[in-house]
Amino acid sequence: MASLPDTSRLRGPEEVKAWNADQIWQPPSKAQRWVDVLFRRLCVGFAALTVVLIVLLVVEIGAKAIPAFREYGLRFLYSQTWDPNRHVYGILPEIWGTLYTSLLALFFGTLFGVAAAIFLSEGYMSEGIFKILKMFHVQFHPFWGKLPDRMELLLKNLIELLAAVPSVVYGLWGLFVVIPLIRPACNWLHSQFGWFPLFSTDLSGPGILPAVFVLSIMILPTITAISRDALISVPPKLRTAAYGLGATRWETILGVLLPTASRGIFGGIVLAFGRALGETMALAMLVGNANRLTVSLFSPANTLAALLANTFPEASAREIPVLMYAALVLLAITLVVNMFGALVLERAAAKAEAR
Amino acid sequence: MQRFRLILLTSLVVALGVFNACSGSKGNAVKLQGAGASFPAPLYLKWFKTYSGAHSNVQVDYQSVGSGSGVKSFMDRTVDFAASDAAMKPEDMAKVDGGVQLLPMTAGAIVLAYNLPDVAGLRLSREDYVGIFLGKITKWNDPAIVKANPGAKLPDAPINVIVRADGSGTSFVFSKHLSAISPEFNSKVGANTQPNWPVGTKSKGNEGVTASLVTTPGSIGYVEYGYAHSQNLHMATLENKSGNYVAANTDSSKAALASAQLPPDMIVWVSDPDGKDAYPIVTFTWMILYKKYDSKDKLDALKGLVTYGLTDGQKEAEPLGYVPLPDNIVAADKAALEAL
Repeated sequence: MASLPDTSRLRGPEEVKAWNADQIWQPPSKAQRWVDVLFRRLCVGFAALTVVLIVLLVVEIGAKAIPAFREYGLRFLYSQTWDPNRHVYGILPEIWGTLYTSLLALFFGTLFGVAAAIFLSEGYMSEGIFKILKMFHVQFHPFWGKLPDRMELLLKNLIELLAAVPSVVYGLWGLFVVIPLIRPACNWLHSQFGWFPLFSTDLSGPGILPAVFVLSIMILPTITAISRDALISVPPKLRTAAYGLGATRWETILGVLLPTASRGIFGGIVLAFGRALGETMALAMLVGNANRLTVSLFSPANTLAALLANTFPEASAREIPVLMYAALVLLAITLVVNMFGALVLERAAAKAEAR
Repeated sequence: MQRFRLILLTSLVVALGVFNACSGSKGNAVKLQGAGASFPAPLYLKWFKTYSGAHSNVQVDYQSVGSGSGVKSFMDRTVDFAASDAAMKPEDMAKVDGGVQLLPMTAGAIVLAYNLPDVAGLRLSREDYVGIFLGKITKWNDPAIVKANPGAKLPDAPINVIVRADGSGTSFVFSKHLSAISPEFNSKVGANTQPNWPVGTKSKGNEGVTASLVTTPGSIGYVEYGYAHSQNLHMATLENKSGNYVAANTDSSKAALASAQLPPDMIVWVSDPDGKDAYPIVTFTWMILYKKYDSKDKLDALKGLVTYGLTDGQKEAEPLGYVPLPDNIVAADKAALEAL
């Protein structure tokens, strides 16, 4: 009813009683009230439906995983063999591979994503373009003068477009472009610094590094878009105040802007981590799918999602519960990550309020 | 409005006419659903297209989802026929009411393709390729490989083994062959649609392995002949049971199949063929039919389709990289088909 205008000041109460059809306002009719209630119930229903769906999903997967859980128990989580011939199953290499590739990708994705967000939100590019325009004395020209802002918008949209590329395209690109491109450098690193655990094998083809490389590009738009929004919504007075206190631009960004926007940025990172954990197609094509527990960046490895994607279509009746168990583990990992993210966000928010 | 009505009326009449023509000319319209192996899919799709073209009342829909999924859908009765490279397990066959009929439809060779631009016609002895896939031979200039290839410029580089990541009939046939020729492989790995390979990077599907082979120097992997052929990959010449080195082609594969004797259930594996010109790794691929169908139309259409594949269809096999069936097997298939 809040949308109804306050009429008491316009007319006296006796006028209100004698309303007629010509008046602009009128009390809600019965039908309107019904629609209102119906709409509210519909919303509640749909919201409940999503919860029910998730619960059903977990229950369904869990129920199908029970035979495997009985047979393999917790040993499934820390043994390393996957041999359908002998019915020996363990997913430690896959758990490790999933976390390792996602964390590495998150590291690179955050580094470049937040840098790109700062570049886009702090007007570095428009400044540069403005300088060039000034050289030609067209900085206030009705067309050219708008160029800096337009270029910035274009760049932002380009980065967001990265999120729209299908993951199989990323996979193919990784297979035919990235791997041949980075192979010489990787093999040189291996030959020179082979004693260093990260470089202890050579890169023959698919492996962890190409997978991480492509994965970090895939999560980049998520981080950039959310971080940029967070940085832009930092109150301008904070920025001005920092400059006023004599802080350099560098100090302002690191000391004032990033901490203030940290909550939003962190939210973006958690979202990106979720995507990295669940990414299937590109990783199945690039990670090498080898059941190996390794820290070497150039060695092939495997992830849970890739294992599921590769094994499901031809799985035997005995293998399906095992795969369901693996799916449950992946679900649990994602849940833990999201909960952890929410917790840290809450902490950060509390800290920001206290300040 | 008038015009619109006219168009509507005309199209209705035309549609009715077409419908009548379809259903009236040759029996009732039949739709056949199939699913299964991807290995023979290019050949099957060609057959089905040609057959549907000639028989407008029969429509065939084939999903190449993999042998295992095909058999699963077949057991769930969601398809009318399935196709499989790994045949069908006896315990699965027992679960189908009314019985199952397997028919070998075509055959193919599995080749060891490799990426060494300077070495054409690499020869691999039996110990060599078993050793490579067991992870015992890791360098291209290993003495065992040099011995089989006098004079070849074998590089001092690691062998990058590429195997299938997904469960597949191709893996089953290849690991079955390795198990047949090497007791060590049999005890350590064994035959499976998804063997626990001790070495190698894994790629999905024949096409994934082929892509990895093309992009990885010093790699070797097993793919179906057609894939290696279409990408112009080098294919290794392999030592067969009688000690001869034989390249994969239609003649050597035919020689390998000639030794096959069909048992009553039509499942025969040519894991290690005799014959001095026989290429060692060949396999049949099967269509799986129910012994009983509810509708006669469906059965007739299916019979016609399979008969076409066994007769004129065999001529299509060779250009696509498959091996035409020997005559004795075609005859056995036809007899089994009549009995349905």
